Amino acid sequence: MTSTALDQLFQKTRAENRAALIAYIPAGFPSKAGCERAIKALAESGVDAIEIGFPYSDPVMDGPTIQEAAEISLKGGTSAADVFSALKTASSSGVAAVVMTYWNPIEKYGVDEFAQSIRENGGSGVITPDLTIEESGRWLSATSKHEINPIYVVAPSTSDLRLGEVTSKTGGFVYAASVMGVTGARTNVSVDASELVQRVRTTTSLPVSVGLGVSTREQAKQVAAYADGVIVGSAFIKLLLNAASEDEGIAAISELAKELALGVREGR
Amino acid sequence: MSIETSEILGHFGQYGGRFVPEALIGALNELEAAHVAAQKDPVFQAELAELHRTYTGRPSIITEAKRFAQHAGGARILLKREDLNHTGSHKINNVLGQALLTKKMGKQRIIAETGAGQHGVASATAAALMGLDCVVYMGEEDTRRQALNVARMKLLGAEVIPVTTGSKTLKDAINEAMRDWVTNVSTTHYLLGTVAGPHPFPTMVRDFHKIIGEEARAQVLQLIGKLPDAVLACVGGGSNAIGIFHEFIPDTQVRLIGLEAGGDGVETGRHAATITGGSPGVLHGTRSYVLQDKDGQTIESHSISAGLDYPGVGPEHAYLHDIGRAEYRAINDDAAMNAFALLCKTEGIIPAIESAHALAGALIVGQELGPDATLLINLSGRGDKDVSTAAEYFGIKL
Repeated sequence: MTSTALDQLFQKTRAENRAALIAYIPAGFPSKAGCERAIKALAESGVDAIEIGFPYSDPVMDGPTIQEAAEISLKGGTSAADVFSALKTASSSGVAAVVMTYWNPIEKYGVDEFAQSIRENGGSGVITPDLTIEESGRWLSATSKHEINPIYVVAPSTSDLRLGEVTSKTGGFVYAASVMGVTGARTNVSVDASELVQRVRTTTSLPVSVGLGVSTREQAKQVAAYADGVIVGSAFIKLLLNAASEDEGIAAISELAKELALGVREGR
Repeated sequence: MSIETSEILGHFGQYGGRFVPEALIGALNELEAAHVAAQKDPVFQAELAELHRTYTGRPSIITEAKRFAQHAGGARILLKREDLNHTGSHKINNVLGQALLTKKMGKQRIIAETGAGQHGVASATAAALMGLDCVVYMGEEDTRRQALNVARMKLLGAEVIPVTTGSKTLKDAINEAMRDWVTNVSTTHYLLGTVAGPHPFPTMVRDFHKIIGEEARAQVLQLIGKLPDAVLACVGGGSNAIGIFHEFIPDTQVRLIGLEAGGDGVETGRHAATITGGSPGVLHGTRSYVLQDKDGQTIESHSISAGLDYPGVGPEHAYLHDIGRAEYRAINDDAAMNAFALLCKTEGIIPAIESAHALAGALIVGQELGPDATLLINLSGRGDKDVSTAAEYFGIKL
């Protein structure tokens, strides 16, 4: 398989001996136009990769912040086409771009067609938090055919045996969910995270990124000490939700991205 | 679409499986192992059978509804009286089984979702009986429709958490319960109330309910000396239907008919008839029929019956539909309420509005099959909880 922009990003950050900063934003949030602006602002403020969320009606993995953002986005009429449009904006902004989505929208769109549209819009891969490896047959054929990274999520409760099975199917990076629970900013990133990353590394040489809970430069620095990527989602979304206007929100996420970009360079 | 092969069990043709966060896989494997062991464990089976005999009130009886039958083309109508179980519905069968499994797994806390409140009440009951902590998630909309059941759960010592996200009904209560489970999985068992969700739930919940069909098949044979021509049950998630169907699946001469909630009419889009009006997709961890839009977003369901108001259905029903072993029809709110009133006045039995959908189906199928036919109906619950809804529908002042 040829290497994706995401693969190349981790080669670069490893050469620079630092972690990558990965931001999550749902398509169509805070509005369709606002999302495009937010993506460009994040890319200009030191974010290395962007995950475009496919807003879904039943997001069982997400805490209240991302639920609220998804609801706003869906009420604004966000469709699959808007997800791919946001993906294209991200991939054209000089960052590696992926989509994060629950499985049903992929199945409904058409499994092969979804992977093809990811590729056509410059996407490097897809994170599928509720797709188990047992149900992945058709998906892995499609990601392989269209040369994109199938990114799987592992959890602190994942057994060593199963970690090996999951990481053997994974491409791009392994998404390590730092705590048992749903998405959302937390005061402390669990100690489970570093243990989980260590366990993942015994099974694969793929980069390992940590998500669920990071919101500050200090936390980014702590995670960057042991992980290849630091994923920040709810913290950006909270700023956009709490801002008095879109302009103010976009200024706030740019500020935070710059801080976090410093953090991921301070960890080692 | 090709049928995927998989190493895990729990597929019904292309349906079923597991579509869940990795964080839950360990708990699902643990549950599957506990269930498989319990099925083979004579001590567990004896314990459950004793609870059913001395607590649930099993076996539930069969009542022949002769006056009601006059409105159903004269066909013989036999009611399997799950409404007479302790807590007032079939839900107790599954709940006692899973609560026993919870204790075997060494967990002290159960969580449950509920729509009509019947599963929540049953869960709170089992938790009280076995000394477990119990939290029930219930859509805010449903807590209003089913205020009596909220009070029952609280009296039984459960904490009821109203869910204010999404459509504020059963599907959102399941989302919230799954979020709780992902967070507290090491101490908590998710006592799912229907034959949906990730493997092993569809298989396990069916196994705890199949006693309905096992009893009924023997009872009907004893009563009329032959099998019924058709077995009818309402289908929301589908637990009471699979419970009564399962034993009859090999009896291919017996028609299995599931009655879905047609709401205002399937053609209006305001309904909960998932097989009749939906398409294959993934919801709440399983592949089955789903009410969904072109992007795979779940469409909100509508039904006068809170217990059938769900945009998904158990994967085994999807499979039985596709292979033609069972048939599924939609019953509109008005037809269900008509059958509800008719059973009250002809038989002195107030059915749950859910079960009234099966009764409405019997009125139609009885006409189709004529006076020589015998229909077995699963009267899955009693209607006490529905009195205020029915009073409002029929214009009775409370």
